[in-house]
Amino acid sequence: MSAQDQIKEQVSGNKVMLYMKGTPQFPQCGFSGQAVQVLKACNAEFGSFDVLSDESIRQGIKEFANWPTIPQLYINGEFVGGCDIMIELYQSGELQKMIDAA
Amino acid sequence: MVSPEDIKNWIEAGLAGSTATVDGDGHHFEAVIICPDFAGKSMIQQHQMVYGALGDKMKAEIHALSMKTLTPEQAGA
Repeated sequence: MSAQDQIKEQVSGNKVMLYMKGTPQFPQCGFSGQAVQVLKACNAEFGSFDVLSDESIRQGIKEFANWPTIPQLYINGEFVGGCDIMIELYQSGELQKMIDAA
Repeated sequence: MVSPEDIKNWIEAGLAGSTATVDGDGHHFEAVIICPDFAGKSMIQQHQMVYGALGDKMKAEIHALSMKTLTPEQAGA
């Protein structure tokens, strides 16, 4: 299966899906850590994928959303944004609504 | 090493009419970008426009760029 197909399967199989460096327990980058904190603050149940564990997904996810950085958040298969956007959406209350509706 | 000044110049060269303020340590950067073309665009689209202006530099030289995008109206300009 190609990286793009794997990603499609992951984002459709998890209502809230985070691509990050490291794991929610042990983030390997400050931005990925912040993304996890934001999702936890929303009490979100989320799937996650450690892009450091798979180079093809690490590159593939950048092409998938035409977005060059990690972390990346997907809700219901749709790209929501990276760390900055997640924090802005969290602070405005919008992220909580999106997660509750997912 | 990339300087905040480089990033400012790349963004302003790639986005017509934009003004960027950039801080950073050579690996992690923070930028505030004001651009009239952001009007009517979603936050994702605005960030993608900035990434577009930086092109391949995003893949190689810049590890992380935190950004805030504003229209001149939002910036109170």
